[in-house]
Amino acid sequence: MIPNGCLSFRPGETLKLADIRPLPYADYARALLDLVAAGGRLSACFADAVDDSAKLALYALIARDRQGDLVLLKTAIGESFPSLTPECPQLHLFEREIAEQYGVIADGHPWFKPVRFHQAWISGRDAWNRPSDRRPLVGEMDFYRIDGDEVHEVAVGPVHAGVIEPGHFRFQCHGEEVMHLEISLGYQHRGIERLLIGGPRKATPFQLETAAGDTSTGHMTAYCQVIEALAGAEVPPRGEALRSVGQELERLANHVGDLGAIAGDVGFLPTSAYCGRLRGDYLNFTSELCGNRFGRGLVRPGGTLIDCGRELADLILKRLESVEYNTRGAIELMFDTPSVLGRMEGVGLVSQEAAEQLGLVGVAARACGLRRDIRLTHPTGAWRGNFDTIPQETDGDVNARAQIRRRELYAALGWVKKQLKKLPEGPHLIPPGKPGANLFTAALVEGWRGELVHVALTDDTGRFRRYKIVDPSFHNWNGLAMALRNEQISDFPLCNKSFNLSYCGFDL
Amino acid sequence: MIGKALSHLLLLFLLSPLLLGVIGKTKALFAGRWGAPLLQPYFDLWKLARKEMVLSETTTWVFLAGPLIGFIVPPLAALFIPFGALPAPVSFNGDLILFVYLFGLARFFTAGAALDTGSSFEGMGAAREVTFSCLAEPTLLFVLIVLARLAGDLSLGAMLGPTLQPAWHQAGAALGLALVSLFVVLLVENSRIPFDDPNTHLELTMVHEVMVLDHSGPAFGLILYGAAMKLFVLGAVLVRMALPMTYPSFWLNLAVFIGGMLALAVLIGVVESIMARLRLIRVPQVLVGTTLLSAFAMVLLLRQ
Repeated sequence: MIPNGCLSFRPGETLKLADIRPLPYADYARALLDLVAAGGRLSACFADAVDDSAKLALYALIARDRQGDLVLLKTAIGESFPSLTPECPQLHLFEREIAEQYGVIADGHPWFKPVRFHQAWISGRDAWNRPSDRRPLVGEMDFYRIDGDEVHEVAVGPVHAGVIEPGHFRFQCHGEEVMHLEISLGYQHRGIERLLIGGPRKATPFQLETAAGDTSTGHMTAYCQVIEALAGAEVPPRGEALRSVGQELERLANHVGDLGAIAGDVGFLPTSAYCGRLRGDYLNFTSELCGNRFGRGLVRPGGTLIDCGRELADLILKRLESVEYNTRGAIELMFDTPSVLGRMEGVGLVSQEAAEQLGLVGVAARACGLRRDIRLTHPTGAWRGNFDTIPQETDGDVNARAQIRRRELYAALGWVKKQLKKLPEGPHLIPPGKPGANLFTAALVEGWRGELVHVALTDDTGRFRRYKIVDPSFHNWNGLAMALRNEQISDFPLCNKSFNLSYCGFDL
Repeated sequence: MIGKALSHLLLLFLLSPLLLGVIGKTKALFAGRWGAPLLQPYFDLWKLARKEMVLSETTTWVFLAGPLIGFIVPPLAALFIPFGALPAPVSFNGDLILFVYLFGLARFFTAGAALDTGSSFEGMGAAREVTFSCLAEPTLLFVLIVLARLAGDLSLGAMLGPTLQPAWHQAGAALGLALVSLFVVLLVENSRIPFDDPNTHLELTMVHEVMVLDHSGPAFGLILYGAAMKLFVLGAVLVRMALPMTYPSFWLNLAVFIGGMLALAVLIGVVESIMARLRLIRVPQVLVGTTLLSAFAMVLLLRQ
């Protein structure tokens, strides 16, 4: 059952823009809250400027995991709108994002601050009345502060001690205990969504492959699914299979790297050293496949740009044998060492309730006992009918997140071997036609971190009038902040690694 | 005596960085790598000595006193202990107290230098360091009391002298417990895994390393050199306790001592390779446990 006036569709299907009727805001709010109460997840929420009108169209895309579909809601808003965040915390960042992009105010938003610190897309408007003659500085806002004689504040970043992306973390501590962590990002904002308006252009695939550099294949696959849906094109089975291999290799490289990094953080040398090397091996497999270690240039609309011949597949399969043996050895060693387990268990807890309220996705959600995996609930491509189990842990701590990675690793190894052993015959690429005009579509892909959402709206000529990207990190950074509540500040790096979220995927 | 003192110090200055090299090599082999050359710590010190020093405008003389005192203290302390069977150059009744608190002095100034920067990280590091040290101190004192009682003397030279070998036959259990406790103190005092991670770059989890984040160039070189010598001096006490034999030949004694020190470095490397670091909150619990262990060693001895 879906509320009146909402549209239900499956990923890969298109809707005609004319068919999407705006609801009155009160109906929109009720429908949204009802859907979320019934187990729906907010996958995306964004606004779009309406031609020659001061009003904005507001869209909310809700994924229903049990039904395997998406529900689209639309309403119109003026210069301000009543915030729904108090009833639905998942909306928290989405509402701040809309406010920042269009200079509108979310009335009653409990944490109304900028997200990425850029000027509003509509000139002359700003939700915080910041001066319009200069770009806002990143981090220019009032941080949450706890006062008291024994309370101290620790600021970390944006420049970190390791070679990682920039982000600012503000801890309110009582001794070694963290009472609150506020995360302020935006340093890597490149304005990708605005760049894409009027696309697709020649540069578009390259821009999307770098939306979050460690999820190149994932983001590119989502983009391709959008283009294919808009053009009504089919992808040949061989292309689908190769895409899934690219994605699982990406998952393997990142999960192995993450487990190594977790081992490094707890000072467990052997796994840390071996996983660092093995990550390179997995990246090299991707490089063998497409010439780039991060999978750039592998996936293109209509399939994959590069084919994988029998010889190459056999070569990868052969090398995979020893790499798999070493991977299992390094990882099992870590999970067999009591001092490592003692360091991970019970640290960085996120309750299932909090995970559900924040709308966590991917590894972080599955570690809290939530059954969230696009490959299972909204399968596309090679996953359709081929994926039936997802690993789940219930503890919600660092150990659970590490265990999820370990189990997904082994599953991904099996997947890559299975696909490479019998690649479907036929072409690997059938270029799609031009995107249709005045359409709406959404693509969901389970990247290695979690759900990637790409939404596109086309104009009269079939060009993007709005393109929305939601990286899993957008949902999950708040999970990290929650995981640090009442934790030791010395455990922050470990908790951070166990989430390993993307800064640029958030900043876009 | 001056000749003895000089040869003692020469041994300390020449060999202490090698221990770090051996630890590094051991860890590298466990990680499946060749690792840096054994002499890398010497190269590092040479490199730092030639570098420019960056001083924050907000710091005072205390900031430089930390490295300097941290560098001077280990050689002074080394004069009170025998290197293997090579007797201590300086010895007087009660020098064990001076020995313990010389290191206390160094720690005071290192923590002072850390606080002098006004950085929140360094303040956290200093708080952790002094907490752990004051929990490790009773253990060290209990161990020394066990040794003093066995030797019937309050000077380190006599406690670690020729009477140690017969003492193993007389009170092996007590000495064994004391030895284990001292090894834990050695790991804590030298910020090794499982208590601290000397290789981490994560400022929020560091203990000792975070206190010296702002030091650079020669000052940082002094800190590294001082830390290496501290490891050498405390290690020398441990090695002497474990290998108490005295031979008539000077060279044989020297060989046993140096062999023992290298074996200790390998042992530290192995410990660092096969276990993860403790949660910071667990460290005090482990240290209290070690204190009880060393107290138990003394009880065993008093019962005899």
